[in-house]
Amino acid sequence: MRTRLIAVLLALAGVAACQPEDFTNAEKATIASLSLSALPPLPADTTNRVADDPAAAEFGETLFSERRLSRDGTVACATCHLSERQFQDDLPRSVGLGTTDRRAMPLAGVARAPFLFWDGRKDSLWAQALGPLEDAREHGGTRAAYARFVADAFGVRYEKIFGPLPDLADVPAAASPLGSDAERAAWQAMPEEKRREVDTVFANLGKAIAAFERTIVHRPTRFDRFADAIAAGRRPDGDAALTEQEVYGLRLFIGRANCVTCHNGPRFTDDHFHNTGVPPVDGLPEDTGRAAGAKKLLDDPFNCLGIHRDGGEEACAELRFMVKEGEELERAFKTPSLRGAAARPPYMHSGQIATIEDVVDHYVRAPASVSGHSELKPLKMSDRERAALIAFLGTLAE
Amino acid sequence: MNRRSLAYVLLAIAVAVAIGIIGYGMMMTPPDDLDLSRAKASAKGLYAVAIAPEKEPLEQGPLHSWILTLKTADGAPLEGAAISVGGGMPQHGHGLPTQPQATAYLGEGRYRIEGVRFNMSGWWEFKFDIKAAAGDDSVVFNLTL
Repeated sequence: MRTRLIAVLLALAGVAACQPEDFTNAEKATIASLSLSALPPLPADTTNRVADDPAAAEFGETLFSERRLSRDGTVACATCHLSERQFQDDLPRSVGLGTTDRRAMPLAGVARAPFLFWDGRKDSLWAQALGPLEDAREHGGTRAAYARFVADAFGVRYEKIFGPLPDLADVPAAASPLGSDAERAAWQAMPEEKRREVDTVFANLGKAIAAFERTIVHRPTRFDRFADAIAAGRRPDGDAALTEQEVYGLRLFIGRANCVTCHNGPRFTDDHFHNTGVPPVDGLPEDTGRAAGAKKLLDDPFNCLGIHRDGGEEACAELRFMVKEGEELERAFKTPSLRGAAARPPYMHSGQIATIEDVVDHYVRAPASVSGHSELKPLKMSDRERAALIAFLGTLAE
Repeated sequence: MNRRSLAYVLLAIAVAVAIGIIGYGMMMTPPDDLDLSRAKASAKGLYAVAIAPEKEPLEQGPLHSWILTLKTADGAPLEGAAISVGGGMPQHGHGLPTQPQATAYLGEGRYRIEGVRFNMSGWWEFKFDIKAAAGDDSVVFNLTL
């Protein structure tokens, strides 16, 4: 009796040896939809004519690690996006020339994101790459300095990919519409034609870096092998096996815990922005997330509707149809991919939460947001269930 | 079966029921009796409205278009209507993730609705406000993904 009772209780709790037939058809479909095998081919980026040019990607890889693309020669993209660390830096808030307000995002699959940064203030990978280069706390340089540097250090490589460089002889050593007072004055003093030429070289640097970043992809994990076996009706054995605890966590993930509502698809993200009541960090300026990000994107001369886009305007649907304002944007931040997440604490847009256990606790408690409204609802979840959920997340990181 | 075993079984059933109830509450399953029809009369009955995704099957995630077909109450195609699009997820308390627009009139009362995305699974409402000579009216469709 006792044995049978335990079996009944375990079955009720969803713990069972794993066979494809243990899942309902709906569960199988959801599990298959999360596998990397369900990822469609990377769409072309017609706004960047060199997006899939191998020479541009190689040049972009060089630029990605180039510290001279900074005010004092100490900061490269790779400073905060470390290739051996999923292209992030393990810090709550990244450190370039100074300490920023945000957590560095990992880069695998980033070419598929319609909006970049935690607040989506950029709408292409090439436009994204330009932001940190001129941010005073990141690379801290100016587009005029970068154009001159590239002409000097990489002129031949640049011209092979993008064609002739403009004459930069009269361009000031440091000038940008976003720099210091002196740098902004120097920019304003340049003829409009020269400013446009420098902007074009600057945008092209972004396009080369984007071509490189398009090659950074997710690698299949144990979960993917498991999901593919389930989808094919095979028993997930060997390196495709998940433990009972992990399977239980998967069931919670796609079921009662509602994780898959936003962490969906093969990248475990809906590419959207949500207020989940993550608290602000003491001492940082007010951060309204997507509310400010949408405004910045509309004002960005490098957005899809600007003059630096290659190809036609039909590529700009994301920008044309985005939600531009409203209560729902307040403190909404991008849903991050959960692939590899278990191996890269701390969490959230400013590294507010130190451990994955505390992340699960946050979602269970569902605290109210300091402004706007959190979409979370409190969950009832036992310690055993929390542990299972965390165990499942581990299968996405190995 | 002795009394003690019976007590265990009753306890197990109670636990199962409790899990079921909590599970149902948290899953935010769409109501069973949702009207999922894609053709219906507008709220005041001024127009006959039908919707269809431009491409089947309907996918969660990508930006896509729908075709909205409008007819007057007597069945004539409705031309020149001003349409605004809204909606959201009633169980999550948020709107659409994008701001879709009617971007083209395709003839025979058909309008292309561009910029639609359903980024989450579950119950979505898809709302259309229609302004035309016969009067203002609106219609709400339910979709589940």
